[in-house]
Order: sequence, then structure tokens, then C-alpha cells
Amino acid sequence: MKADRLLTPLSFLAITAAIIIMPAERSGWNFDSVISFLTAFATTVAIFAVITLGLNVQWGYTGVFNFGIAGFFMVGAYTAAIFTKPPAESEFVRYIGGFGDSLAFLPFLDSGQWLPFVFGTAAAALMSGALAFALSIPTLRLRADYLAITTIGIAELLRAVVLEERGLVNSARGLIGIPRPFHDFFEPDDYKFVYFGIAVLVLIIVFLALEKGIRSPWGRVLRALREDELTTAASGKNVFAFKMQGFIVGAMIMGIGGSIYAYERGSISPDTFTPFFGTFIFWAMLMVGGSGNNKGAILGAYIVWGIWTISLQLQGYDLPEFVRSRIFFIRDLLIGSLIVIVLLLRPAGLLPEERKISLFIGRDTGPRPREPTTEPEPTDKPPSG
Amino acid sequence: MVRPIAGAAQMLERARHFFSSLPDIVITTAVWLVFAALIIWAVTSEAQLVVIGIIVGSILALGAIGLTLIYGIMKFANFAHGDTMMLGAYIAFFFLTGQVARDATEDVELPWSLGSLPGALEPIGKLTFGYGLIISTVVAALVIALLVVGLDRLVYRPLRQRGSGIVVFAVASLGLAMATRALMLIIWGPDPRLYVSGIHMADKYDLGFTTITLKADQIFMFAVAVVLTALVYLLLFRTKLGKAMRAVTDNPDLARVSGIDTERVFTWTWVIGGALVAVAGVLLALQAQLNPNLGFVLLLPLFASTILGGIGSPQGALVGAMIVGISQEVSVGINLSIAGTDILPLAPAYKFSVAVVIMIFMLLLRPQGLFGAKA
Repeated sequence: MKADRLLTPLSFLAITAAIIIMPAERSGWNFDSVISFLTAFATTVAIFAVITLGLNVQWGYTGVFNFGIAGFFMVGAYTAAIFTKPPAESEFVRYIGGFGDSLAFLPFLDSGQWLPFVFGTAAAALMSGALAFALSIPTLRLRADYLAITTIGIAELLRAVVLEERGLVNSARGLIGIPRPFHDFFEPDDYKFVYFGIAVLVLIIVFLALEKGIRSPWGRVLRALREDELTTAASGKNVFAFKMQGFIVGAMIMGIGGSIYAYERGSISPDTFTPFFGTFIFWAMLMVGGSGNNKGAILGAYIVWGIWTISLQLQGYDLPEFVRSRIFFIRDLLIGSLIVIVLLLRPAGLLPEERKISLFIGRDTGPRPREPTTEPEPTDKPPSG
Repeated sequence: MVRPIAGAAQMLERARHFFSSLPDIVITTAVWLVFAALIIWAVTSEAQLVVIGIIVGSILALGAIGLTLIYGIMKFANFAHGDTMMLGAYIAFFFLTGQVARDATEDVELPWSLGSLPGALEPIGKLTFGYGLIISTVVAALVIALLVVGLDRLVYRPLRQRGSGIVVFAVASLGLAMATRALMLIIWGPDPRLYVSGIHMADKYDLGFTTITLKADQIFMFAVAVVLTALVYLLLFRTKLGKAMRAVTDNPDLARVSGIDTERVFTWTWVIGGALVAVAGVLLALQAQLNPNLGFVLLLPLFASTILGGIGSPQGALVGAMIVGISQEVSVGINLSIAGTDILPLAPAYKFSVAVVIMIFMLLLRPQGLFGAKA
């Protein structure tokens, strides 16, 4: 039992040690390059933690089963990009939108440096939420796994549209030169710290809003219907409407995550939003961290992205050729197996869900009596008739 | 924000109520008529694509029958099925050629493989492959059957004993899908492979109103699919095991209290599903290619077939797979144009999206599928 309690801090420390020591050693203990490496790492963790928090609302709290995170992630990133970029001019680069400069005339604090980004993120959240709304109509009332299958399908369909429709968002070549908020105010070398601050700020806002939301009556209804839809319906709650809200809120957060991802990278292409990178790793993050716990979602993002980064770092070492040429596949194998191992050995994740959630009564962080992923007993027929 | 959503939800509720108040026979007949009309149109205008669609559909059917049996009997969506299919194809490749990847460009070949048996690679008749591939396929089916039973013991059975919900199984299978794909990439590398390289001639067949071209391999694929489907049918409806499997599909608890050893039924379901999907993988690789990334993409048509036919219904999966296969292939030939302007040229990239669209319409109209019973 004691070793069990040490697992969370130990895994945190192991990942932290590895991502500090490996780049430090490779750069000859150069302080500056380690700091800049860690900043880039932490920025990505913050962005992916936002998306994992979105998944946590859907799966951890509402019990809505989304296997198409890539779709919402992609819609968010592309919406933000076409909102903030200038209009397409070249014949070879075609995309819709390009509203970046249309707000620059507004007179507050050099609005071109930040206002389009706020709008871009808002639009990303709205588009992603609208997609979730449209998807919830045929599937949310059916068994949970139908939604999973449909969301995978929609994510792949959207990716096919992005790749195929040349005038939409520049197909396979993707969008490059996405502007970055406050970029012109800072030295290029310092900008990464600024963007780290922005990403963390977004993460904190989303985290606090969710903590507040989940400790409200609304959040408790979501949890209740995750555990038992029938009982929740019998208590007079509109199960479908609440499920839809949970799904849409989660999708909007994924859209926000997609938008800050686009600003950070400066370029996006459909290659990023494959089922593997766009969907699975977020599931791995949530399962490892602990579904139903916002802090767990963030910790999971940290640990899984830590493993990801370590495998990249390992490339620089003198490994046997067999391992070196396959390091990415070995990493994928590791992350896939990690999901299964966590489900088997520690189904509640590293930070299990809190048993009581209220803004008023004291917090009880003891282990839950049941695993949090228990769904109501499945029936063989979809509950539609 | 809540109010318009609640309003929309109410509207949907009414629409849904309207659909579910229609007599079942009306919707079923309407869906069947639409499919029949589409297929008649397709046969007359795109006969070549329809024939390819039937072949792809029969391959999909082998995968979908396994998927629907697992779905119906163990009550969970096995997201690893597509990758298991591809792994089956690769294992057959391994036994046939003994090749594994050393690095990005070079292969290592084992000193002995089934392909080095005397005459194993000699083409049989007009087919492109020899008996080596057939033996390799049988071996691959056995290996995959053992593998999925092993995974059931290792992963799914502990989850079952803990009483986990359907979603936990689905997430576990997603993890396994990821691991399987990674394993194929590690062993055989990311580049597509073929069982037999070279250009294969197709024969022309005159159907009276049109001519089609077809390779001997494709006729073989269809024949294998038909034979295996018939065997599954006999197994399900003529043996005691089949009876037990159907009983567990209908009501697992009732089956258990009636003295059916459900764990044994689960094991046999994995064996049958695994063997079928391995053969399907080999046939698909013959029709297309061996490609580790194809496995996950294949999930969409497989699930679409399963949902279309009704979960747990093998004959439904067969019909569903045919509809999905034909629609996918015919979609490539669709070019809707009005007054000479193309408005909807469907690019080949949308092939797999057709399955998604069919699936969503089916979920809207008749979520229990064509052959499923109404709840």
C-alpha cells in the first residue's frame, strides 16, 4: 500500500529528472539551452493539458465517449489560424478567411498584437462546439460506444476534407506563418517565455473555470448521469441536454487548446491531426493521470509528454542501430501498452477522482470505492425505442 | 447558452419521436429501397466498380463478422480489430517470405520459410501466388487466434471479472490497437509491402450489357469469403457451440444460469473472430497492399458494416459489408454535375468517409441496424 502511494510522486520525479538531465548532459551542462528546452517542453505540456482537460469534461465527468479528439483539435487549430492570418494572396497558397488585420485599427493597446488572437480562440471554441452539437444529435442518445465510433469517423472525414479540398485550408501543405500574440513586442529569444506565460494563463483559466463548474450543481448532475443515467432522469434532470452540454463544453475546450497550439507552432498541417497523435495520446494522458480529476489530467499530460520527449532525446544517444531507427515506434508501443497497464493495474489513474465535489464541504481525497470508469450495466439493445 | 441548446434538444426529441413512432416496417423498407435503388443504378452505370465493391465487401464481411460476434457476445467495441486484421496479413507475409525489416531500406531474410518449400511460390493456374501463401494464411489465422485468446486472458478477462463497463473495454482495445500498429512498424517498417510483386493481367468478362475486367486473384478472394461465411453460418446454426454463442448474444445472464460456460464461449468467439480477420487481412493485402497504417483506417468500414447490419448479427454484417464495400468503390466514380459544372467530384480520398456517412444515417434512422431487433 505504501509503495502504491509513492507511485505518483515517483513517476513525477523520474520524468522530471530525465527531462532535465538528458538535455543538460547533451548540451554539456549549458544552463541557457536547458532552460529554453524546458520552456518549450512546458509550453507543449500546458497546451496538451488544456485539451486533456476538455477530454476530462467529456469522459471524466460526463461519461461521453469521444475517440475523435483529433477532429476538435484540428477544427480549433485551423479556425484560429484562418482568423489570425492575413488573407491569402498567392495562387499557390489558398485558404478561406484571413481576418488577422481587420481588427488592427481598433485603438486599444496596439490591438493587432492581441485582439485577433482572442477572437481566433473564441471562434475556435465556437466552431469546435458547433461540431460537437451537430455530432451529438445522432449519437448522444445511443450507447456510449456508438459516439466513439462516430467521432473517429468524423475526425477522419474532416481530415480527408482538409486534405482534399484545395481552396479550403491549403490541403496537405498546411498553413504556415500563423501570427503569434505579442510577437513584435519582444526579442525573438525571449518570446518563448512570453508564450509559455500565455499558455499557462490559458491553462489556469480553463482549470479554474472547470474546478468551479464541476463543484457546482451542474457539475454534480454531470457526474450523476455518468454513474447512472436512469436515476438521474428519475430525479427530473434532462439527461440528453446535460450530456450534450458536457460534450459541447469539452469540445470547446479542445478547440481552445487547438487554437493555442496553432499560435505556438506557427504552422499546422493535416499530418498532426491523425488518430494517433491527435486522439490517442490525449486518452493516454487522461488515463494515466486519472479521469475525473482535473489535476490528474494535467499530471497525465506532463508524464505522457515527458515520455514522448525522452524518446526524442534518446535519439541523440549512442544506441544500437536496431533501437535507434525504431525509437518512435517503440515509443508508440510503450504508450499503447501504458493505457492497457494503467487500466489493469491502476484503473483510477495516478491521481484518482475526489469522492466529494462541492465548493462548501471539505474535500475528501480518499480512494473511491468503485473504479471511476464504471458505466451502467450495458444492455444489448441501444436505448432508443 | 443552455436555453438554445435545450430548445434544440427539444426539437430533436420531437424529430426522433416522429421517426420512432413510424412503424418499424416503414423505415426498414425505406432503407432497403434506398440501398436497392442505389445498387441498381450503380450496376447499370458503374458495373466495373460494383464488381470490385462486391470483392472488397466480401473481404470486409470476414472482418465484420468477427467484429459483430465479439461485439454481440462480449458486448464491447473492439477497436483493435482493424489492426489485428493487418497483423494477420503481416504474419502470413512473415511465414511466406521470412522477411523482417533491418532498417529503413534493408530487410533481413530468415534462412527458411514456407516460401522456400519446393514449388511454394509457383503460381496456381491464373492466380499470382502459389500454395505457400495458402499455407501461410492458415498458419497466420492460427497464430492470430492464439494471440487474441491470449490477449483476452491477459487483458479482457481481468477487466470482465472486475465488472468493468463497455467503455473500459473499448479504451483497452484502443491501447492494444496502438500497440499492435507499433509492433508492425517495429518488425516490418513503415513502407508498404506486397506478397507478390509485378504487374498482373486482368481478364475481360462480357456481361451482355457491359464488359468488366477482373483478376483471377479477385475471384479467389470472393470464393474464400463465401466459403468461410458459409462455414460460420453452419457453425452458428448447426452446432451446439453456435447455439451457445447465440444464447450469450441474446442474454448473457440467462445463458450463464442455463449452464452455458460463458468463458468457453468467449474463448471460441475470439478464436473464430481472430481466424476470420486474419484471413480477411491476407485477402485485403492481396487486393491492396500490406501497410501498417491501413489497420486503423479499416475500422471505419468494419464498424459501419457491423452497425448497418445490426450488432451481433453475422448475416447483418455480411449484408452491411456488401453495402459498404460497393458504396465505397462506386463513390469513386460519382461525379455529380449540373449544367456541365462539377459540383461534387468525389475524390478517392473520400472512400472511407462514405462508410462514416452511411453509419451516421443509419444511426439516425435505425440505430439497431437492418437485422437488429427493435428495443
